[in-house]
Amino acid sequence: MINATLKELSRHLTSGEVTSVELATQYLDRIKALNPALNAFITIDGEKTLEEARAADAARAAGEAGPLTGVPLAYKDIFCQEGWKTSCGSRMLDNFVAPYSAHVVERCRAAGMVTLGRTNMDEFAMGSSNENSYYGPVKNPWDFNAIPGGSSGGSAVAVAARLAPAALGTDTGGSIRQPASHCGVTGIKPTYGTVSRYGMVAFASSLDQGGPMAQTAEDCALLLNVIAGFDSRDSTSLERAPEDYTRSLEQPLTGLKVGLPREYFAEGLSEDVAQVVQSAIDTLRQLGAEVVEVSLPNTRLSIPAYYVIAPAEASSNLSRYDGVRYGHRAAEYSDLVDMYERTRAEGFGDEVKRRILVGTYVLSHGYYDAYYLKAQKIRRLIADDFRKAFERCDVILGPVAPTAAFDIGQLADDPVQMYLSDIYTLSINLAGLPGMSVPAGFAGNGRPVGLQIVGNYFSEAKMLNVAHQFQLATDWHARRPVL
Amino acid sequence: MSLTHQDVARIARLARIAVTEDEIAATSEKLNGIFGLIEEMQAVNTDGIEPMAHPQDVFLRLREDAVTEPNRREAFQSVAPQVEKGLFLVPKVIE
Amino acid sequence: MKWEVVIGLEVHVQLNTVSKIFSGASTAFGAEPNTQASAVELAFPGVLPVMNRAVVEKAIRLGLALDATINRKNVFARKNYFYPDLPKGYQISQMEQPIVEHGRLAIQVGEAEKVIRVTRAHMEEDAGKSLHEDFHGMTGIDLNRAGTPLLEVVSEPDMRSPEEAVAYARALHTLVTWLGICDGNMQEGSFRVDANVSVRPFGQAEFGTRREIKNLNSFRFLEQAIKYEIQWQIDTLEDGGRIQQATVLFDPDTGETRMMRSKEDAHDYRYFPDPDLLPVHISEAQIEAVRAAMPELPDAMKNRFVALFGVSAYDAALLTTSRATAMFFEAVASASGQGKLAANWVNGEIAARLNREGKDIAECPISAERLTGLIVRIADNTLSSKLAKQVFDALWESDLSADAIIERDGLKQVSDTGAIEKMVEEAIAANPKAVEEFRAGKEKALNALAGQVMKASKGKANPAQVQEILRNKLAG
Repeated sequence: MINATLKELSRHLTSGEVTSVELATQYLDRIKALNPALNAFITIDGEKTLEEARAADAARAAGEAGPLTGVPLAYKDIFCQEGWKTSCGSRMLDNFVAPYSAHVVERCRAAGMVTLGRTNMDEFAMGSSNENSYYGPVKNPWDFNAIPGGSSGGSAVAVAARLAPAALGTDTGGSIRQPASHCGVTGIKPTYGTVSRYGMVAFASSLDQGGPMAQTAEDCALLLNVIAGFDSRDSTSLERAPEDYTRSLEQPLTGLKVGLPREYFAEGLSEDVAQVVQSAIDTLRQLGAEVVEVSLPNTRLSIPAYYVIAPAEASSNLSRYDGVRYGHRAAEYSDLVDMYERTRAEGFGDEVKRRILVGTYVLSHGYYDAYYLKAQKIRRLIADDFRKAFERCDVILGPVAPTAAFDIGQLADDPVQMYLSDIYTLSINLAGLPGMSVPAGFAGNGRPVGLQIVGNYFSEAKMLNVAHQFQLATDWHARRPVL
Repeated sequence: MSLTHQDVARIARLARIAVTEDEIAATSEKLNGIFGLIEEMQAVNTDGIEPMAHPQDVFLRLREDAVTEPNRREAFQSVAPQVEKGLFLVPKVIE
Repeated sequence: MKWEVVIGLEVHVQLNTVSKIFSGASTAFGAEPNTQASAVELAFPGVLPVMNRAVVEKAIRLGLALDATINRKNVFARKNYFYPDLPKGYQISQMEQPIVEHGRLAIQVGEAEKVIRVTRAHMEEDAGKSLHEDFHGMTGIDLNRAGTPLLEVVSEPDMRSPEEAVAYARALHTLVTWLGICDGNMQEGSFRVDANVSVRPFGQAEFGTRREIKNLNSFRFLEQAIKYEIQWQIDTLEDGGRIQQATVLFDPDTGETRMMRSKEDAHDYRYFPDPDLLPVHISEAQIEAVRAAMPELPDAMKNRFVALFGVSAYDAALLTTSRATAMFFEAVASASGQGKLAANWVNGEIAARLNREGKDIAECPISAERLTGLIVRIADNTLSSKLAKQVFDALWESDLSADAIIERDGLKQVSDTGAIEKMVEEAIAANPKAVEEFRAGKEKALNALAGQVMKASKGKANPAQVQEILRNKLAG
């Protein structure tokens, strides 16, 4: 049962083959056994989980069950959840028990899904390796020497190691797609504004978007049906009619126009990742897709633009952590300013501090035009690149990252190299487009490699269709690490 | 461009993050690496390009003026470092 | 040297919405600390601002009243700085393109009228309050006020005296309460004034260095603070010193201004557009809807009172210092058809009594209807001015109408010719000496006789009629 998809679990629960309590217990046992080595979860609370599972079973007995009632789910520790510690991977919030729940948590709970726990992450979602967590690095279940990717590394590992059938993550510059790729799971970052940011601890407000991570595209579609939708508490949440993201899954890919951006297959892409992506493209071609070359000329500029905009927004978003109303406060201080400075120096890790400093600098007097405004103009150029490309194709395909997962510690002291590895994911966030990662094979060192699918705005159903058809034709998504 | 130690000390102060002399040196080096990357932007001509603040070109929704939030002081202050008589306490503020 | 004073004001006008600018928390004044601070005002992780429509509408109202430009696209910016009463570490405000720009407001100082240019008015959120009573050497923070909507109204440095500054502040206060966008309660901080003050030698084109006096919450303090500050600056300059740009606080106890503890980095606010909020778009239709619902403005009403009711410009200006007073006056003037009388009573007895009792026109014990009853009886000669005063006092103390008081106290002026003739005849008969003197040409003797008649009538005889009948009888 531990290897079942959401779809299968839903069927087993409906048929009475298993109860929600039994299911939750299986997963809790597995977490207990494997989490000490993997470090995928920050918080586990078996009693709470079982309480939710009992309620789900009761709802089912009362005939009030929906398709996902009783199905377990793990949340990245960035989504506030009432009564649960919501740390965001930071010492700053190590003692923070949220007094309210994020919109997506409310939605999942209302659907009857059972909370398995809260997954590890790079502190405040800043990182591509999950080494920046106050709670220690997360291990890649395929290779304990490898990073799992970040920032939603705990969620990716939970799904890959079957500690949870699915998990929620967030993606500001690739934080769902890159760990999904490195761990061999499926994840989708929806169009900006599709999933409410209410109750999701902010990193960079104009880029952050929550999304599902699961074994299959079909499961992602089912979860997206639950978490997507308008929320008046988020001013950037879009008012659109609800859609069924599973509606196009079964469509054949005949005539699908697939765009390959020249710049994604240029220098910097490792040979083995290029091969995996190429063979995935061949598979899609066999399924009836037509391949066209497109160009995203400003791809390289997404790195500087992102590393100005995201830190700028973050530097302001993280000012609220001041030791006054909640969270960490330094034990010793001489006056107010000293209290602020020590609290923040102690509460934040190195990467978070670096980004706050970069953001503070680019917004400071005399530099705004040269950095922030310039980056926003480049952001427009990048969005325009995609607009032009989508005139010629339905979806864009490419790698998620230049290489498979690198070793833990390999880039830990080299932020520039770490940032450069985000080159294929950042521009999607800058443009606000939906993007996903689908397991597509393995690198020479045996570590998983994902295929990135980028769609036009609001084309999640089409992307999931492509991914689902690919998964019907391949079994990369069903491979699992030996643990 | 290159950030001096004074620049780093100034922005750390603005950001209210305490940094030691040693940290300033190490941080300066890393920040200069990052700014080396960022400076690539300057080579691009962006004259006449409208800055993009947001992915969607839509306007703000406005809510009706109504009181909808109940008093949840007890729940909110249960996670506060220091409160007394309903107030959050901070080191003395001098105006 | 002769010095010229230059003053510009920045006024923080709290808008009288029921909920906060970015959340549904209440804005009611005086609640227990932090009971009206929602997760948004407390800046909890992950919560987001959602804009209150009424704030935009009230800002448009002010913009139209100031004859200003209303910007159609409004961007909110974050003003970043650390302070315990600012939980997010930034204030959501407007930087470029404030909602209101290029307005004007007429002020009256004595007989002179002057127009003060209003540079801008922008929407922003208020901060919380720091309570400095001693909590073991610590400061207490109450965030109930945080997130209360403000319009920051900035004038050009157009004022040249403390009197002009006060007149401008008063005119703006009248306007925002008149428009119904602010309760105007200065003690509660609903209308707070910062004054930028500088001096320069007469004839010099450049402005002197200014100092900003923060947070003045009464017109009296505003005047005192500016006067003190001007003198201090002049003394400093005449002693050969220089003025440093600074922010100062006014201490009402000493009557002096003093420098605030300087914040060395206070001026690097790192403004940038708030990514949690999209631009606010204001449509023509929205502006027209606000315009259609606008009350008549003080200036227009003043002019109308002069034209329609024949009151003096001075009286009309007094009558339009508050909308409630103007409405009260207009009700009385229209119902009685006696504009001048109504103005005299509203600006005279009513204003004096209210002032003495520390009351507002809204609390006036005499309704417009009851005052009309009095004025009608003055106009139709039922009451002499002396009797009218008596009736007014009675109106103040009771709920009765003027007519009921006249009836009850028998205060009716006697205008019945027969009755007066009878009293005149009696007076003539009783005072042969005075009659003789009058007939001998001593005009003054008539007054003595009239006095006798008035006495006999217990003051109720119509004095003009008494005079006329006396003359007729004595001539006959």
